[in-house]
Amino acid sequence: MTQAEAHDGYNFAYLDEHTKRMIRRALLKAVAIPGYQVPFGSREMPLPYGWGTGGIQVTAAVIGRADVLKVIDQGADDTTNAVNIRSFFRKVTGVATTERTREATLIQTRHRIPETPLSEGQIMVFQVPIPEPLRWLEPRETETRSMHALREYGVMHVKLYEDIVRHGRIATTYDYPVIVNGHYLMRPSPIPKFDNPKLHRSPALMLFGAGREKRVYAVPPDTDVRSLDFDDHPFAIERWDAPCALCGATDAYLDEIIIDDKGERMYVCSDTEYCNDRQQAGHHGTQGGAPRA
Amino acid sequence: MKHPAPLLEVRDLGKRYGHRIGCEQVSFDLYPGEVLCIAGESGSGKSTLLNTLAFQLRPDAGSVHYAMAGRGLTDLASLPEAALRELWRTDWGFVRQNPRDGLRMGVSAGANIGERLMAVGQRHYGEIRATAADWLARVEIDGARLDDPPTAFSGGMQQRLQIARNLVTHPRLVFMDEPTAGLDVSVQARFLDLLRGLAADLRIAVILVTHDLAVARLLAHRLIVMKQGRVIETGLTDQLLDDPQHPYTQLLVSSVLAA
Repeated sequence: MTQAEAHDGYNFAYLDEHTKRMIRRALLKAVAIPGYQVPFGSREMPLPYGWGTGGIQVTAAVIGRADVLKVIDQGADDTTNAVNIRSFFRKVTGVATTERTREATLIQTRHRIPETPLSEGQIMVFQVPIPEPLRWLEPRETETRSMHALREYGVMHVKLYEDIVRHGRIATTYDYPVIVNGHYLMRPSPIPKFDNPKLHRSPALMLFGAGREKRVYAVPPDTDVRSLDFDDHPFAIERWDAPCALCGATDAYLDEIIIDDKGERMYVCSDTEYCNDRQQAGHHGTQGGAPRA
Repeated sequence: MKHPAPLLEVRDLGKRYGHRIGCEQVSFDLYPGEVLCIAGESGSGKSTLLNTLAFQLRPDAGSVHYAMAGRGLTDLASLPEAALRELWRTDWGFVRQNPRDGLRMGVSAGANIGERLMAVGQRHYGEIRATAADWLARVEIDGARLDDPPTAFSGGMQQRLQIARNLVTHPRLVFMDEPTAGLDVSVQARFLDLLRGLAADLRIAVILVTHDLAVARLLAHRLIVMKQGRVIETGLTDQLLDDPQHPYTQLLVSSVLAA
């Protein structure tokens, strides 16, 4: 855990208090209606759209001085997006940051849920590019709102049907549509479908922010989250033939890395913290791999 | 013999676009299994009437009552949006003039037919697919085309696919807006033949808009002739075409080559 000193000249967590209150009001509504997309007055943030403007506004609205923040990007704590958002919040809040999932009270993530199980009291913040699950099936916003209100989600199954026609199985692997609390269809942001089961009855609060599209939505703790499927083609998560080359994990989401120009590849955990922990605990895979940093 | 109850009861229906009249004072009853043709020249309010009957456009005057399953004649204006939309995707069908408006062009024929089934809650891929294949055969499309997108189909096949997609939930009433307008004459004849057979076999009531009196002659039991948004003549198809009373209908009938 690293403690930092807040920058002078900025309000705590960058946004002004009125904006934070407005976002919190939207979040309260989102929590009250699980899976429902609540509009909010998204602000310009000091990073481009698509880099997590929604996520950092949600984080800024809920972060407190006692919070411990973890930021991950595709599971990694040490990639550009994660490093910069973490240092941004260190500068504008001075709160402690960590790479350890267990220590964190607030986790902002781009496209993964940590492998380490979440616990009660933790908040996950997801960066969402396109919040509307029906967008590519129905371009009209007025129509998608009616469809949500009336639970007309048959067309989402048309997409899955078409997947099976073309690929012999449901080939949607990320942003896999879910039904939240038996009502709203929700895009779980582009997390791999591997992480979908982690949303179901999670003890942690899940908040989703889409900055460009100006929407927030939420999955409160212990809420049913069901991935759509067919009776004869049930939902299934990804599986890999090989364990992680560094830590030997067989239960984690693996990234495929091409390691030379002859097409050799290795599979490693996408969650760097999880992989490091396992290596430090003495696990190792085929490529051994000394503990990273 | 006891007179059957009407399926659709239309009274003094009117729709305006600002000061302009779309249609006005239209009244008729439609009985189960009946094919009703709305004929008239371009701009006479046929399509407006059709869309208003189906409540895709809200009428400004008059009423439409529909004999809903288990509820009897119900004023459509009193239905909440949810019930209306359920009608649209189960008990009613809508066949568009341009198949691009009525089909999902990006997904396969099977998915097009299966869409309504999935909308009413079917969740078994194998069964949906089997039903889709069955319907494809009933509209005389080769079963091998089940996984092809409609973009790979000819115009006539696209129209037949639209029919299959609408009939899969066994609707009791189907609205059709010039379904044959884009087809050449030989394809038209075959399409009409198929349509007549399906409507008779399944006892589907059809309201069909056309400017082509030959289509009306072949399909319709009854005919409504419209001009400038008003119904000017109505009656049994053969009677009306053989002995038109209104000067405009006479003109319309005489203008058709060897009808």
